[in-house]
Amino acid sequence: METYSLLRAFADSWHLLFMFVFFIGVFVYILRPGSKKVHRDTANMIFRNDDKPAAPDNRQRQARHADLREAK
Amino acid sequence: MLGYIKLAVLGLAVVVAAVATGLARDLSYQIHALIFMVSAAIAFFWLIRRVGEPAPVVDPNTYMDGPVRFGVIATAFWGVVGFLVGVVIAFQLAFPYLNFEWAQGFMNFGRLRPLHTSAVIFAFGGNALIATAFYVVQRTSAARLWGGSLAWFVFWGYQVFILLAATGYVTGSTQGNEYAEPEWLADLWLTIVWVAFLIIYMGTLIKRREPHIYVANWFYLAFIVTVAMLHLINNVQIPVSFLGSTSIPVWSGVQSAMIQWWYGHNAVGFFLTAGFLGMMYYFIPKQAERPVYSYKLSIMHFWALIFLYIWAGPHHLHYTALPDWAQTLGMTFSIMLWMPSWGGMINGLMTLSGAWDKLRTDPIIRMMVVAVGFYGMATFEGPMMSIKAVNSLSHYTDWTIGHVHSGALGWNGMITFGALYYLVPKLWQREGLYSLRLVSWHFWLATIGIVLYAASMWVTGIMEGLMWREVDAQGFLVNSFADTVAAKFPMYVVRGLGGTLFLTGAIIMCYNLWKTVTSTAERKPAGVGSAVPAE
Repeated sequence: METYSLLRAFADSWHLLFMFVFFIGVFVYILRPGSKKVHRDTANMIFRNDDKPAAPDNRQRQARHADLREAK
Repeated sequence: MLGYIKLAVLGLAVVVAAVATGLARDLSYQIHALIFMVSAAIAFFWLIRRVGEPAPVVDPNTYMDGPVRFGVIATAFWGVVGFLVGVVIAFQLAFPYLNFEWAQGFMNFGRLRPLHTSAVIFAFGGNALIATAFYVVQRTSAARLWGGSLAWFVFWGYQVFILLAATGYVTGSTQGNEYAEPEWLADLWLTIVWVAFLIIYMGTLIKRREPHIYVANWFYLAFIVTVAMLHLINNVQIPVSFLGSTSIPVWSGVQSAMIQWWYGHNAVGFFLTAGFLGMMYYFIPKQAERPVYSYKLSIMHFWALIFLYIWAGPHHLHYTALPDWAQTLGMTFSIMLWMPSWGGMINGLMTLSGAWDKLRTDPIIRMMVVAVGFYGMATFEGPMMSIKAVNSLSHYTDWTIGHVHSGALGWNGMITFGALYYLVPKLWQREGLYSLRLVSWHFWLATIGIVLYAASMWVTGIMEGLMWREVDAQGFLVNSFADTVAAKFPMYVVRGLGGTLFLTGAIIMCYNLWKTVTSTAERKPAGVGSAVPAE
């Protein structure tokens, strides 16, 4: 098969399927159980650290906080 | 050591550019080589005066706001320049004798038109995007900008690109591709600057001190990556000579047209939409002092937007040699874009739910809300115009120009003005803006200007579309092209007036921001003065 036909056949079959599944997968992931807390926290993140960067270990600490909240 | 390498490279660049200036085959190239020579020389002397001085101590626990401050100034400056050129060419269309005989070949409409579009999109919009991207990525990553002085290279390198593009247009150097006019030399330079921009952005995200990447950063990143891809593919050109500005495109025929509009529409989609949505998702919640209405919706907005936008380009080529299936594909994806666009608009507007009173008291919020409103309006109008039946009336008419301007002035302009009003007091540690009254004046002048612009272009666009297709009983066309030009005159004057109002508003903004920096009280650091210990 010539290259064009090969690529064309791949594009409108397997690759189309891949993109569709990926797209649906993203939506499923967004709506997964437990995402609400993460999203609420991330949405409010802009109200921290306005004037100077956070402490170097802030990332781990924030993640741990989230875990603790989840455990409760 | 690095300093000496920099000096050697810059010195070499000065010599090479000087030789190129002398051997240049055309005026545009000569000017461009001269710009490179002068810029390299300035950088060289700036560095050499600091040789042997101890390296400045950088506190990693502060944000790097220098390039952001310069970016804000550049945004305001290029904004006024771009709007001014726009007003000039609007009146050139209404009164053709403004294409002065003495200025033919460098200040006639054909030369100034790309100068206007590039000045507002790439100089005004681009500087706004780079400055806000640097600001937002630091605040949402809670980390200082990665890469040290590389950010300064991006800022100044981008200004050099703007100068290259602008001088090229005026002296007639163009690839002839709309929004991709700069020739190969400027294209290569922009590629270097853009890659540096991407590296800084990625570097800052990687060393972030927050567990999650805030949604605005996703939009900014999509904008940077996609623009790099579009720029590289649409500018595959082979220079005729390394000493001349002209080049030969590799793509030809309908492939060339398709790549151009794949580029062109995604420049709108990722430069003027995704990048500015990054602004919306940061500055509206900050100004409203409440988190975005639905964070879930904002992530859906992002993925749906980037998945659909990239296919919409063919709607620029309806009823051309482009295969029919590709035209239909472009139209279908454009119509599907209604959903994420309106989802995003609703998300932006509903962020104000429970704080609608701010619309009355805060003219900056008012500006941002009107920007989101125009985003919704333009993203409704665009898909509608991409429907083949509508496009057969609207294409090649002034309706397209009106559509572009309700998006560019209403959405991009207003959200940028809002961001500038937010940023200046923050960046220069001021207590607040110099005058909210002047913000209100700016708001009303800009809004009325846009309404005059869009309304006159609807009228003239639909009128000329109908005149072009009008046939008499025998099937002959009724109107000549010149008939439509004559009929459009009153609307062209109204359009020019609308542009003048918009420009006036921007000048008022510059005055207001200038006075904010120079004559308002300094913001006290948090904690000092606010909490006096009881004795």
